Amino acid sequence: MNQQSQNQAAPMLTPEQARSRRARNLAISLTIGALAILFYGITLVKLGMRMGPM
Amino acid sequence: MSYASETADAPGAMARISVAHPRDFYALLKPRVMYLVILTALAGLLVAPGQLHPLLGFVSLLAIAVGAGASGALNMWYDADIDARMTRTSTRPVPAGKITAGETLAFGLILSGFSVFTLGVVSNWLAAFLLAFTIVFYAVVYTMWLKRWTPQNIVIGGAAGALPPVVAYAAATGTMAIEPWILFAIIFIWTPPHFWALALVKAAEYERAGVPMMPNAKGPDRTRTEILVYTLLLAPLGVAPWLMGFASVVYGVVAILGGGFMIAYAVNAYRVREGAEGDKAAMKLFGVSILYLFALFGLLVIERAIPILARMIGFGS
Repeated sequence: MNQQSQNQAAPMLTPEQARSRRARNLAISLTIGALAILFYGITLVKLGMRMGPM
Repeated sequence: MSYASETADAPGAMARISVAHPRDFYALLKPRVMYLVILTALAGLLVAPGQLHPLLGFVSLLAIAVGAGASGALNMWYDADIDARMTRTSTRPVPAGKITAGETLAFGLILSGFSVFTLGVVSNWLAAFLLAFTIVFYAVVYTMWLKRWTPQNIVIGGAAGALPPVVAYAAATGTMAIEPWILFAIIFIWTPPHFWALALVKAAEYERAGVPMMPNAKGPDRTRTEILVYTLLLAPLGVAPWLMGFASVVYGVVAILGGGFMIAYAVNAYRVREGAEGDKAAMKLFGVSILYLFALFGLLVIERAIPILARMIGFGS
């Protein structure tokens, strides 16, 4: 019942709105993923620089 | 308007949800300006002494480019009214109705903060401060104040576009030196003849939009004279990196030839003033000015990058 009322309240998207929202979500996901990898790499490089040559 | 205007108050009603595509947000960053920023900042990075870790260099460059893009987005947010009245800019995402002004402002502010923070963490806070200054200078001093107030708008505002090599040098070294400021001066003096050549052709549009650019505020004759004066200053300045010893003789020869071409086209734009021929002369100068700057900074990058790449793949010492 609760599920049914939630479905009723959910806004209907036009195909164009749904398509562009999907594209934006994908772009944001890829950006966040790339940033996570980048910051991971930066952390390793910075740690390596602090440790110096072994 | 492609932005859905219906409300979502009633169950099942059409939602007020953007139909903006990621490429519309990318367009807010003024990609062509960003490419130029990447090139000039890369030159600043490579001119710096010592060797920055490639990943830190890459991320610093990315942060500077995103910061420049963010200031472009803030410019598009504030100038949407002007953009809508000019054919060159009327298809930009905000006047075209693809992205709202509020979304553009939020996008610009978030990217500004993120790029400055990233540069500070990855390199140093002097570089981050300079990037923040560049963004504020472009978005507030140029866009909100100078652009609608004085025909010297792009002369003073050009400082924002000229700062990326300085920011990049600071990112690499944490200090300042004369070399990045020479690169700054080249871009700063290049900006007026570059923009005014285009403004000569678009003067009527600037007038209609209420922007006091030099050709519609002071007249095309005064503009042509100033273009020539700035170009005469630019040509020897372009050679300075070779004379000061941080560019090769190949760069020096290209800078001398390129400066000669710039002067020749500026003289042509000064002499040919009437009708379609006058517009053609101005547009030729506009095109040559882009090639000139790309040639100088492209060459600086190539001649600095080759030894670094050679070392990385095991050639040389």
